Amino acid sequence: MDVGFSSLRSEAVGAMRMALVSAENLQLTLKPEPSQEEQALTNSKGSIKETHKAGNEDLKEMLESNKESLKLDAMKRVVGLISKGKNASELFPAVVKNVASKNIELKKLVYVYLVRYAEEQQDLALLSISTFQRALKDPNQFIRGSALRVLSSIRVPIIVPIMMLAIKEAAADLSPYVRKTSAHAIQKLYSLDPDQKEQLIEVIEKLLKDKSTLVAGSVVMAFEEVCPDRIDLIHKNYRKLCNLLVDVEEWGQVVIISMLTRYARTQFTSPWKEGAIFDENNDKAFYDSDSEEKKDTTEAKPYIMDPDHRLLLRNTKPLLQSRNTAVVMCVAQLYWHLAPTQEVNIVTKSLVRLLRSHREVQYIVLQNIATMSIQRKGMFEPYMKSFYVRSTDATHIKTLKLEILTNLANEANISTILREFQTYVKSQDKAFAAATIQAIGRCATNITDVTDTCLSGLVLLLSNRDETVVAESVVVIKKLLQTQPTQHSEIIKHMAKLFDNITVSMARASILWLMGEYCDRVPKIAPDVLRKMAKTFTAEEDIVKLQTVNLAAKLYLTNSKQTKLLTQYILNLGKYDQSYDIRDRTRFIRQLIVPNEKSGALNKYARRILLAPKPAPVLESSFKDRERFQLGTLSHSLNTKAAGYQELSDWPAVAPDQSVRNVEVIEPVQEWAPSVGKTKKSGKPKSADKFYSDDEEEKEEEGSESSKDSSSSSSSSEESGSESEEESSEESEKTSSDSGKSSSGSEKSSSESETEPKKKKKTKKAPQKKSKPPAAFSDSDENGNGPVAQASSSSAESSSGSETDSEDSDPPATPQKKKDVKSKPKAEVKSKVEVSLLDLVDFSPAPTNAPKSSVISSSLLSDLEGLSLSNISSTMQVTTPSFGPVKTYELLHHMTGKGLSAKYHFPRQPCLYEPSMVAVQVILTNSSDHSLEEIHIGERSPAGLNIHCFNTIERLEPEASVTVSMGIDFSDSTQAANFQLCTKEDQFSVSIQPAVGELLMPSSMTEQDYSKEQGKLLGMNETSATITMATANTSSQAISKQVLSVCNVGEVPSSQKSVHRFAGRTVSSGALVLVCLELKESSTALLTINTEKSVMASMLLRDLKQPLVQA
Amino acid sequence: MIHSLFLINHAGDIFLEKHWKSVISRSVCDYFFEAKEKAVEPENVPPVLQTPHHYLISIYRDKLFFLSVVQTEVPPLFVIEFLHRVADTIQDYFGECSESLINDNVVTVYELLEEMLDNGFPLATESNVLKEMIRPPTILRSVVNTLTGSSNVGDKLPTGQLSSIPWRRAGVKYTNNEAYFDVIEEIDAIVDKSGMTVFAEIQGVIEASVRLTGMPDLSMTFMNPSLLDDVSFHPCVRFKRWESERALSFIPPDGNFTLMNYHVSSQNLVTIPVYVKQNICFFETGPCGRLDITIGPKQTMGKTVEALMVTIHMPKAVLSANLTATQGNYTYDLATKVLVWDIGKLNPQKLPNLRGSLSLQSGAPKPEDNPSLNIDLKIQQVAISGLKVSRLEMNGEKYKPFKGVKYLTKAGNFQVRT
Repeated sequence: MDVGFSSLRSEAVGAMRMALVSAENLQLTLKPEPSQEEQALTNSKGSIKETHKAGNEDLKEMLESNKESLKLDAMKRVVGLISKGKNASELFPAVVKNVASKNIELKKLVYVYLVRYAEEQQDLALLSISTFQRALKDPNQFIRGSALRVLSSIRVPIIVPIMMLAIKEAAADLSPYVRKTSAHAIQKLYSLDPDQKEQLIEVIEKLLKDKSTLVAGSVVMAFEEVCPDRIDLIHKNYRKLCNLLVDVEEWGQVVIISMLTRYARTQFTSPWKEGAIFDENNDKAFYDSDSEEKKDTTEAKPYIMDPDHRLLLRNTKPLLQSRNTAVVMCVAQLYWHLAPTQEVNIVTKSLVRLLRSHREVQYIVLQNIATMSIQRKGMFEPYMKSFYVRSTDATHIKTLKLEILTNLANEANISTILREFQTYVKSQDKAFAAATIQAIGRCATNITDVTDTCLSGLVLLLSNRDETVVAESVVVIKKLLQTQPTQHSEIIKHMAKLFDNITVSMARASILWLMGEYCDRVPKIAPDVLRKMAKTFTAEEDIVKLQTVNLAAKLYLTNSKQTKLLTQYILNLGKYDQSYDIRDRTRFIRQLIVPNEKSGALNKYARRILLAPKPAPVLESSFKDRERFQLGTLSHSLNTKAAGYQELSDWPAVAPDQSVRNVEVIEPVQEWAPSVGKTKKSGKPKSADKFYSDDEEEKEEEGSESSKDSSSSSSSSEESGSESEEESSEESEKTSSDSGKSSSGSEKSSSESETEPKKKKKTKKAPQKKSKPPAAFSDSDENGNGPVAQASSSSAESSSGSETDSEDSDPPATPQKKKDVKSKPKAEVKSKVEVSLLDLVDFSPAPTNAPKSSVISSSLLSDLEGLSLSNISSTMQVTTPSFGPVKTYELLHHMTGKGLSAKYHFPRQPCLYEPSMVAVQVILTNSSDHSLEEIHIGERSPAGLNIHCFNTIERLEPEASVTVSMGIDFSDSTQAANFQLCTKEDQFSVSIQPAVGELLMPSSMTEQDYSKEQGKLLGMNETSATITMATANTSSQAISKQVLSVCNVGEVPSSQKSVHRFAGRTVSSGALVLVCLELKESSTALLTINTEKSVMASMLLRDLKQPLVQA
Repeated sequence: MIHSLFLINHAGDIFLEKHWKSVISRSVCDYFFEAKEKAVEPENVPPVLQTPHHYLISIYRDKLFFLSVVQTEVPPLFVIEFLHRVADTIQDYFGECSESLINDNVVTVYELLEEMLDNGFPLATESNVLKEMIRPPTILRSVVNTLTGSSNVGDKLPTGQLSSIPWRRAGVKYTNNEAYFDVIEEIDAIVDKSGMTVFAEIQGVIEASVRLTGMPDLSMTFMNPSLLDDVSFHPCVRFKRWESERALSFIPPDGNFTLMNYHVSSQNLVTIPVYVKQNICFFETGPCGRLDITIGPKQTMGKTVEALMVTIHMPKAVLSANLTATQGNYTYDLATKVLVWDIGKLNPQKLPNLRGSLSLQSGAPKPEDNPSLNIDLKIQQVAISGLKVSRLEMNGEKYKPFKGVKYLTKAGNFQVRT
């Protein structure tokens, strides 16, 4: 082969000419056997080709002509054929001789053709090789690169040695583009001939050392394909890859990050053990690496994160802002698998952002969020509303969102979620409605508080018109009843009544099973159901028949007097059934329950076998078992192991030697070695810090070297990390000067506009720092430490730790100053908690939201009533006393309203129509026997009363009800709004008198703002009373619940446990209303209300007193 | 990674195939067709499918399926993102991504695909780089090419490919130097039937059109950057500058591009520009239903609401609609059951109203659920979150460019449940 080939090479030009003369001849001179293959090929495709024959002949002529333009046209047509999947292989000889054409476009098209058909026409393809070999030596890097690209794409085993040689040469090329191409060629050669592995690994090893960002992605790809297990090749390049990562092109980033995830899991110890403890402390604010690091050390925890581990986390974090969704997902999975538990949360926001992207992206991201949300609800709970379903979503998106909402459900938000589900149940997409019912079932089992509510809601659904909805409800109810079968005979009876109307077999089977299982609770109904079943037995589905046999057997055992004959009849029917499953079951049951001489011992146990208490089914997420796969992978998406999936290994118990990653020589990385040395002197806790600051410096330098671009934007975020460490060890002169250096380096680039005022502030505050150059203070340092300078040093750490967050809330730096002034007189007690809370604002859900849910939950009952479509029997509602009724007020009784009844409540949301109005929801119900028409609002008094009416309701059917919303401007008084509710025939005068608490809107503010505002509203504007609290009300939860139930205000985060603060504004005039409850000894408390509306204050005081005093 | 690509039209015909490794028979698509059949709606086809030997990852865009075949483990988003880039590129080159346009330009498309992937791994996906290698077709150029025989394919290595700023080519020259930025915000909201906002958020994007000579270095600052909660950037934006100063600093690509996407922090109350009063009901007795919709301005920041449009996906049972609109026109598509009411400008003095009756298929049960309304609108010259660009500066070049910033607010996914 080789001989033939080398001669070919020397004669390539001649051979081409020969090909020109006649391709057929050439084939013969080269080798006989492939030509046979060729003929076979030609023959087999003969029939297809027949049709194209004329066209192809024509093409051949064009290709062989001397005119470039004709050739180009022909090639374009040929490529057109290829793109359509039509066979154009017979043109190979005619095409291949144009490989050396001067016309670039023609040449490229020939390449396209060549790569497509070379595999089928191996020896003809060889003709082109010499052209490529020449091109490999071309001075133009582009030509060298593309020559290697095409050469390596020709899948002809015979040229493997040539490819090998070319790859080796190209890997040492001066042009990074050519080196990149060689990295791609490695994979191609490996798939062509796996025996070359060893040699290829050598090339990979060499290319991994490459410092060009262009090469990095491609060579890691080659590494992953050829030798993913050779982790040892990565050691020396690990730090370089981490540092280059930001500048690598996006596709390369994905590959490198997934590889590094695997790498890190083999090299570092688990950061999670301590994480669990942190979680309990609830130190979510301490995201930042460095503060966390210190926490470790100060608390003398055994675990210290490997600096390399930290390096990876730090350098991937900015990529969360990438526009490429694959990169974002990849970083998210890296954090999920590698980051300490309390740091994982930073990926949440970015993942939620991806949900705005294309549908397919949503699908994958939602799948991953579903898996994540099982383990860590807290991560996505603040973004719950982003998972609300829209009617325009595709079905698979809807079900995934539903899955996530179910995972996120907990005691606090369940009412909101159930209310949302209630809308979904009515969806026109019935598959989705059924899935929602399943989800309600899961919520009901997971959260015991709402089990009853859900159950009654589901029972209401049983009267739904849609069959699938009913069937699904039955199945879910069955599961729920099984978990707590006591006191539910009512529901079972209800289901028995519905039995005749249900045709879906799964639902019928479920009801039969329930009857049998709880036949002792419905002793009268069960035999009757069996009687009905006996009639229809032959026409039923198999699954129903089986359950009928079961029911018969159970009834026979408990109530043989009534059901003996029926059972025997059914068993006889079963005996001759067509399905052998049923015959089999019948035979088994008969032997078991009917005593005869053959049946023996088993008979005695029949009752214990059939009526054994059965464990309730566990309703679990279908995403539970996906945890085993690495997130973001194809395997995770499919929930099966895909070919080539690399398992993530478990963390090693003991970290392998970390010095393997040290690089001794070569410029930028060299600083590592001395830095390690230094740390040993300064003792363990500081070592990590020192390590970092050096690391940053080095990175800075490297960045500035690599491109002018990145030097001008040197990392201040990272810098501030080192800065804060410096803060912690201020005494250490050496450290501070060290990091001072690093930041001064970057000072040039940092914002000129902001530094000025800050410098001043700093010098005023901390004179001892003057010795250092002012440039050493970075913005974030300033910003984080501002208010806490006098507080304990640990709080200083924490605040600087979360600098990224606080920066968000910092625009003109004025609030900062305010804080500065204020915090001085304030007690030290607060400082720590307070600061972290402030910094947290960005990440955690606004704390004011939490108590809201308790208010919402009270209206849940009425919401679930909405599940019913129309006239559902009121008996069912009685079964759900678990939630107190909403504060619904009667507007019009149905007796006075001639059948029209109206109720209203305050939904406590900003009014849709005008901000100065209070939103009121009115539920109109027609309890007469004829439909009411044209329901609208008529005259109103006082005359100037500003009401936004609801649209005229054209028609209200008997027993139907409709909820409308209106807006009323009460002008901050509790004077009743009188108006007339009119139908076509009648007019009824009604009035709405608001409780004073409903005239407010919650207002969110910080504790500082609160005290400031309170200071302005003293004297006349303050009303207070000392009250004796009921002991049940002294917990903070109970207090906020009581207060929020009375008035619509927002809770202000408070640093003192005994003081509870609430803030609101009046709806019309926007006057501030501040409520403050200060607990004193022996359950007395001081209740203070500050507002300029003194009338309101006294009324509010009276209203608030009452529930707090009462138990 | 990516083995093959098939382009499939709405009817299920494969009209283009491209293989980056050895050829895979197009019969592999049969599994896809099966899934497509099952899904009924093309949107419901699962994006990731498993077949005995291959995995199929597909996207559906502009009525076309882009179906890729992979054989081994690969992050599915990697493939999906790439397929969308292919569609973006085609759109960028030919103005639209449609079957007929792809067929007309099949050679260019093929050349593009060849450059975008090497052995299944993305090679050049930046539009600037691609345009240097394969010039987009213009009428003038095609005339010149036929006369002179020159080609659309560049013979030099694109400068971007090598530099650390692959998105910009060297030697850009313009006589008029201009940089325009559009700040476009979309309101996503769900409003429940009583008019309460269930969920609302603002997503924004800054689209740029930059035609500047040389290597300009731009920086953009905002009056109120604290509004921006979560951001994602074009690779050209220096992340570290953003982290430290909340300023966008970048060397822009040449031409049109998306500079950044952002999400407005959820603490800020989202102002919903319009309110909708609606009453849709179906009656048990008699095959008819009533529909009554009024739209009014709520908080529009003193600007007019334009291009107002309401789209309703009616239940299957609704046969026809007999409505009167006080403003604009309505159409009801019988096949898709979509009612579209195109209102146009919202006049606060005279609120647009659409009312009338809907007739139901006789015998069909009354639909249980009322359809939800999707609202479209535009407000010119305002970003609803209040975001404002304060300054745009240019360094690195001497000339004075024209600069401009435009604001626009649109309804994104704005749904009113009824």
